Amino acid sequence: MEKTALKGGEFLIRDVEAKDIFIPEEWNEEQKMIAQTCEDFIATEVHPKLDEIDSQKNPDIIPNLLDKAGELGLLGTSVPEALGGFGMPFNTTMLVSEVTGKGFSFAVALSAHTGIGTLPILYYGNEEQKQKYVTKLATGEWKAAYCLTEPDSGSDANSGKTKAVLSEDGTHYLLTGQKMWITNGGFADIFIVFAKIEDDKNLTAFIIEKEFGGITMNDEEKKLGIKGSSTRQIFFNDCKVPVENMLSERENGFKIAVNILNIGRIKLGAAAIGGSKAALTEGIKYGNERKQFGKSLTEFGAIKNKIAEMAVRIYASEGAHYRAGQNIDDAYDAFIAEGMEAGKARLKALEEFAIECAMLKVHGSEVLDFTVDEALQIGGGMGYSADGPFERPYRDARINRIFEGTNEINRMLTIDMMLKRAMKGTLDLMGPAQKVAGELMSIPDFSAATDDSLFGKEKKYLSNLKKAGLMVAGGAVQKLMANLSDEQEVLMNLADMMIEGYVAESVILRVEKLVGMKGEDACKIQIDMAKIFLHNAMENIGRAGREALYAFAEGDEMRMMLMGLKRFTKEEPFNVKEARRRVADYVIAKNEYAF
Amino acid sequence: MKILVCITHVPDTTSKISFTEGDTKFDSTGVQYIIGPYDDYAIARAVELKESNGAAITVLNVGGVETEPTIRKALAIGADEAIRVNAAPADSLFVAQQIAHVAKDGSYDLILMGRESIDYNGGQVHAMVGEILGIPSISPVMKLEIEGSKAIMSREIEGGKEFLEAELPFVAGCQEPIAEWKIPNMRGIMTARTKPLNVVEPVSEDAAVTYGTYEMPAPKSGVKMASSVDELVDLLKNDAKVL
Ligand SMILES: Cc1cc2nc3c(=O)[nH]c(=O)nc-3n(C[C@H](O)[C@H](O)[C@H](O)COP(=O)(O)OP(=O)(O)OC[C@H]3O[C@@H](n4cnc5c(N)ncnc54)[C@H](O)[C@@H]3O)c2cc1C
Repeated sequence: MEKTALKGGEFLIRDVEAKDIFIPEEWNEEQKMIAQTCEDFIATEVHPKLDEIDSQKNPDIIPNLLDKAGELGLLGTSVPEALGGFGMPFNTTMLVSEVTGKGFSFAVALSAHTGIGTLPILYYGNEEQKQKYVTKLATGEWKAAYCLTEPDSGSDANSGKTKAVLSEDGTHYLLTGQKMWITNGGFADIFIVFAKIEDDKNLTAFIIEKEFGGITMNDEEKKLGIKGSSTRQIFFNDCKVPVENMLSERENGFKIAVNILNIGRIKLGAAAIGGSKAALTEGIKYGNERKQFGKSLTEFGAIKNKIAEMAVRIYASEGAHYRAGQNIDDAYDAFIAEGMEAGKARLKALEEFAIECAMLKVHGSEVLDFTVDEALQIGGGMGYSADGPFERPYRDARINRIFEGTNEINRMLTIDMMLKRAMKGTLDLMGPAQKVAGELMSIPDFSAATDDSLFGKEKKYLSNLKKAGLMVAGGAVQKLMANLSDEQEVLMNLADMMIEGYVAESVILRVEKLVGMKGEDACKIQIDMAKIFLHNAMENIGRAGREALYAFAEGDEMRMMLMGLKRFTKEEPFNVKEARRRVADYVIAKNEYAF
Repeated sequence: MKILVCITHVPDTTSKISFTEGDTKFDSTGVQYIIGPYDDYAIARAVELKESNGAAITVLNVGGVETEPTIRKALAIGADEAIRVNAAPADSLFVAQQIAHVAKDGSYDLILMGRESIDYNGGQVHAMVGEILGIPSISPVMKLEIEGSKAIMSREIEGGKEFLEAELPFVAGCQEPIAEWKIPNMRGIMTARTKPLNVVEPVSEDAAVTYGTYEMPAPKSGVKMASSVDELVDLLKNDAKVL
């Protein structure tokens, strides 16, 4: 079957067919085995030590676990074979992130090392740098940290004050400045550090070895969660960095920072999905065991409702992640076929889908926070107890909405990137937006014979949701023009519309494809889940759209667009309560998140 | 040294067990299959012996095509090649005959397997294989070292430890702590697909056992709280009838 190549951001203007997406039910034998290895490693090596890890009494515990992960090859999944890794497809590396994402503090250490620690050198380093560093990072012989954030430079990452000054003899830079919140800082051998050379406007990236000297650090930060992960303030004081340790070119650092974070984002989303599955399973298990009023908690409708909602959001978000991951792999293959060098192709492919990466970071991390919160609620008092299974997940989840770009920044980026592509002409938003505006003037098509095929109605809803997005976004751009960036509330509304719409489409396509593989009878619960998610999305998109319209539109135009929005988010009655019960009863009987 | 490791393909230990077709068949829908946990130790020990003494490891499973993911996992852990005898494992004797048939041709120095499978828990295949081949079989083996043509073994027995020696070849039914349990690493997984997995047809043998119907054990009854020692004694005597 020929797939139709999709460009990043195009989901809003193009209908995708189920056959063209990858779904997690298609993992092959080898990928399942890789996932099982990760599962076994986390279960046998990490989970028995969670309290010890979080106590930070033994500073070697995380580095030792990283060594063990290295022996299993888990540090080299993204690294090509020539550099001592396994050169796995991006989607497989996301699967690794998902499963190891159940590892709490250790998961953060692992992803910082393999992601923001290793990838800058892998993708931007020259051959000598790759041979010297990546080979050692892939095995875990050296551990890495990534130093971008400073006390006065967080979300505004290009505003850092760390300085690099070329020595008189021109052989090295002297680097001075303060970095903050550095994951793995306490034990890292290698630091990717962003600094400005002299009075440059933009950052430059450097590879710094601990052995270079001039590096001191504060004690471990005391944190709300992921208490076992090392987080340090690091001071560079005339740290002597050989000139050959500059990464890429002068002033290319911000671009590196942005692109590397971009990869990290979608993987963070995947890790959050792994954490969510585990948290939901704990909730179901506890709910099945605990009895009140003579019944198991899971016999109560209010609890079933929670369980179903968690399962639905996890299932939908998971599908969206691997759909995007496969798009990234397909784009990579296409660039390779054009003769592009592998590292460059990987970066270009990720850049192409940067919008999806930002959206999924937001969605995955918010599904996780929703899940740990509702699972804790099922626990009642035991949910709140540090001796129960819910307290650590609740605390540890929270960081995910903050690092790798806060969720606010990622929402803004989502819209910003879309509009930039529209301006550049690489993403035609205006044509379709005008078409929708035209449709508003015409008499609505009430005849639309109801399509009784599986998801016939839902496909129509999806196409309407895209229209809603295009209409509100198009209207906002036209009305607010250059002021749009000051109207962040509207940007947040628009981002929510995009994210909900993308994930809703992903889950419908996932289940449609699954039904094609297994038949409708075997997929009844999945069909329910897809419909429930879509129902939620329509409500959420309607609300976000209305708030945006109230904010920027006026008079007749507002009335017309509100009517359009109503039409585009109109849903026939759907007994979502019963559907949620069916989903809940299924996972309750399985005693776990069972998809 | 040539080692043959026989593995079972069994439901995960956390599987929900149910039956179909009037309780005559195990219902495998949604069940996750794994390498038998005792067999897992047998492979792990074989891989350790390969690392320390040098060995070529063949894994063998008697089963249908659905067992191949399980066999691949054994290859990922470190076996060099695999043989699948293309037949449902009808009963212990049938399986033992298939294994013995393969083993006869292979001239293995050591035949390892788990002390028992965890589906039917027969625990007899190793003994039967030894009998058919006319070589010793020892089970359970908790420690196994090879020195030249001799194996030195030990195991826990009631009130102590037993040490044994045997000349190769022989059959061993393995149990922890014979080896450190192994998680397949990425390299193993990536190379597993290139290792040979040969499918051979079974020799015709009849199963000695036919299975009737299955029954689930009665559900655990509720907990009774005794409020006094007298009541407890009474309950143990008259209710539980254990005193
Ligand atoms: C445990 C932990 C580990 C970390 N690990 C690393 C690491 O390894 N390496 C590294 O370099 N950094 C790391 N960080 C830093 C992290 O990336 C930053 O904390 C994050 O980018 C936010 O920056 P900030 O803390 O300065 O918050 P701020 O930028 O001050 O943001 C505070 C709030 O204001 C909002 N905000 C900021 N700007 C805007 C805007 N323009 N419009 C609207 N809202 C805005 C934010 O969304 C947020 O809600 C880590 C942080 C933590 C807590």
